[in-house]
Amino acid sequence: MIKWQRKDLVGLEDLSKEEIELILSTAESFKEVSARAIKKVPALRGKTVVNLFYEPSTRTRVSFEVAAKRLSADVINISTETSSVKKGETLIDTGKNIQALNADIIVIRHNSSGAAAMLARNVDISVVNAGDGWHEHPTQALLDIFTLKEKLGRIKGLNVSIVGDIAHSRVARSNIWGLTKLGAKVTVCAPKVLIPPGIEEMGVVVTDNIDEALKKADAVNILRMQFERDEGTAFPEQLEYFKAFGVTRERLQKAKKDIVVMHPGPLNRGVEISSEVADGTNSVILEQVTNGIAVRMAVLFLVAQGRDKK
Amino acid sequence: MKILIKNGRVVDPANNLDKVCDILVDNGKIARVAAKIDCAAESVIDAKDKIVMPGIIDMHVHLREPGREDKETVLTATEAALAGGITSVLAMPNTTPAIDCAENVKLLKSIIKKDARNFVFIAGAITRARQGEEVTDTAKLKKEGVLALTDDGSSVDKDEVFLEALREAKKSKLLIICHSEDKTLSADGAVNLGITSTRMGLRGISRESEYKRVERDIALAREASCPVHIAHISCKESVEIIRRARKKGIKVTCETAPHYFALNEEAVLGFDTNMKMNPPLRAQEDVQAIKQGLADGTIDAIASDHAPHTENEKDIEFERAQFGVIGLETEGAVAITELVDKGILDWKGLVRKLSVNPAKILGINKGSLGKGSDADIVIISPQKKWTVQRDKFLSKSKNSPFIGRTLKGVVEYTICGGKVAFSR
Amino acid sequence: MEFKEKAKIMDKEAMERALMRIAHEIIEKNKGIKDLALIGIRNRGAYLAERIATCIEKIEKGKVLTGILDITLYRDDLTHASEQPLVRKTEIDFDISDKKIILVDDVLYTGRTARCALDALVDFGRPKYIQLAVLIDRGHRELPVRADYIGKNVPTSLKEAVQVRLEEVDGKDEVVILEQGG
Repeated sequence: MIKWQRKDLVGLEDLSKEEIELILSTAESFKEVSARAIKKVPALRGKTVVNLFYEPSTRTRVSFEVAAKRLSADVINISTETSSVKKGETLIDTGKNIQALNADIIVIRHNSSGAAAMLARNVDISVVNAGDGWHEHPTQALLDIFTLKEKLGRIKGLNVSIVGDIAHSRVARSNIWGLTKLGAKVTVCAPKVLIPPGIEEMGVVVTDNIDEALKKADAVNILRMQFERDEGTAFPEQLEYFKAFGVTRERLQKAKKDIVVMHPGPLNRGVEISSEVADGTNSVILEQVTNGIAVRMAVLFLVAQGRDKK
Repeated sequence: MKILIKNGRVVDPANNLDKVCDILVDNGKIARVAAKIDCAAESVIDAKDKIVMPGIIDMHVHLREPGREDKETVLTATEAALAGGITSVLAMPNTTPAIDCAENVKLLKSIIKKDARNFVFIAGAITRARQGEEVTDTAKLKKEGVLALTDDGSSVDKDEVFLEALREAKKSKLLIICHSEDKTLSADGAVNLGITSTRMGLRGISRESEYKRVERDIALAREASCPVHIAHISCKESVEIIRRARKKGIKVTCETAPHYFALNEEAVLGFDTNMKMNPPLRAQEDVQAIKQGLADGTIDAIASDHAPHTENEKDIEFERAQFGVIGLETEGAVAITELVDKGILDWKGLVRKLSVNPAKILGINKGSLGKGSDADIVIISPQKKWTVQRDKFLSKSKNSPFIGRTLKGVVEYTICGGKVAFSR
Repeated sequence: MEFKEKAKIMDKEAMERALMRIAHEIIEKNKGIKDLALIGIRNRGAYLAERIATCIEKIEKGKVLTGILDITLYRDDLTHASEQPLVRKTEIDFDISDKKIILVDDVLYTGRTARCALDALVDFGRPKYIQLAVLIDRGHRELPVRADYIGKNVPTSLKEAVQVRLEEVDGKDEVVILEQGG
């Protein structure tokens, strides 16, 4: 087994297959901790984790907070509403100030692609990317892959379809890197305007036909459609989108019987997924949430070790 | 004041010369070029194993003064230029205020007179405040001594305004330099559109935004029968369009910048804002096309597009960071490393791109080491290697894409106007 | 640091005898096997716990509960461990409350591993009591810890290391002393 040498987790693009597998196997051990009566281990006792969130996100922040607390770390939450960020402090200055507090790990969510990489380059403490712009959301992809592996026993050779706004999705990008590195065959499915140029070069098949995307899939990852992001470009209407791309029971009946249905949440019922599918037997959506804790515990634990190696 | 340069390999394509000989400089001019000169001189430079060539003429430089002296000044830029072997620069007019009227030219000239360490030529704006609406008084600008007109940083979007500008420029015998970019096509992009913008999760700047505008600029120049020069071309389509236009006899010249033949889009993948410029670093096939264009003569000149920015403007989120990189101090060495060393250009070819052609395009009497020419000379150790270091730059800003790169070719002496203005 | 093998202090047969003796002692001290559970500390302690349980089952003809404890997350040297520790699963499929727990490890040295194991175990419940069984006690305690069952006491110097090798992990059963080489 390889060793974790990185101070940071910025994206899955940078990681080797072995590093991804190490995170996944470490997460398996951490999953057991969450099943105990006392859901806490002292591994990061005395360490401080700062959740630095420039975008509102309850789910990811809470998941990281629970993960850090189950490792006995102290957690501080900074969000744009409460910090000096609005007073015009630069990201690097904010990072250095957090470092000066002797914090150990910054978990950053930022609306600008590359923000996590920039922060990681400019501080000595660990940086974990909790989503940067449209770029990457590595822990989300890791928990998706973890859940998939738990359900189907493997990743190699699986057909995985990602459906939704691929162009503006960091979840899609991280999943593509992670899944392809582990040997899955990835199909992305979206209206043509939401397919970013050159994405085939990332090793995926592109289609704008949802039935095509579902036909051979062992799993489908349904992205949240963010209509509030509409920038006046050619964006389909919600109902129109549901008709053309919504994952419904009727559509799933033509897919493999035990297809795994994933969604990073929060759900837009009746937009990208029907309620029957979201609540149905193929859905692992709540298991993803549970696994998110284990995966984030593993990541926090590993980067803390990685930093100490420096 | 006499300077005698001995035993150097003199590369002077204007006089079809490439051989080891001596040069005598006297009273600011080249006094003699001969196989062996022995005479008394205040200064004797041994140029054995070195290249002796006309000073580099960089026709695309943002001096930032007046207005943004925190980024760069005439003094710091021209000192940096001399360290890079550059004896003449063309100052871009996108300052604050823009160089769009006689008064502002006078203002800039007074700064140049006080602070410039080499020859600074001035480009005026095509439109008032570079807004693309109202054509400047080109005749008055010409009278004040501007050499060319450009709204660099922006293109003149409106066809009728640009056409009027071309006609005015023709009357005043002024060159128009085009920043060819259709901002409706490149809107808010940060990197090359395609796999790079997709991988990075950033908006892309398409090739179309450049070459469609190159196409238009050439078409309108033809209509007005006014020569144009296309600045900083970066993609293969632009090269091809210019190549075809030239074949048709249209008077169009163009330049590229060192980063467009030395770097491709992969350099930007780490979100290094020093790799962010406009136009953006393109694909490897574009880099190949740029090199081919340089080799076959389609691309006339190499210019740095020296665009200094402060740390405050660069050490921020990639999307928010300013476009542009500095280049005065690396231009020559990057060209030697990427073009001469790799066999794309010979030394004569390189000197044409860096000096002879820019002089010709701008209509200045430089770029030659012939007897009686201005004594603007650079002496280079062609094989010597050096590593670009951030804290060694003379430029006030440090936003170079070549930091950490090892380059070939060291400027040992820069003689400007008959004086040793820089020596290592 | 290079270590070279200095002496073999236990072979397969001696190991089997030692484990059998420990099994007898456990039964005697706990007056049978009621509520008894053996929990081995990863990595080699887990295999030793299995072996001792097999011995006990042979003697008493009854089942003994076993589990595996991974103490990585409880280590007090996590941040300066030279080797990056691999986190693996703890596998205790029964409620340890009110059980008589026998912790099993291969070597007792500073006592820190045992301390971690105690911390970890109490997070799983409240056992009736916890006892400690080790194959080798090499001395040099840094904490007030002692073993209840010892396969062999081996006085060592700090320059030496004791290595327990097991069939399941190392391909053969033996215990050797290693010495720091020049």
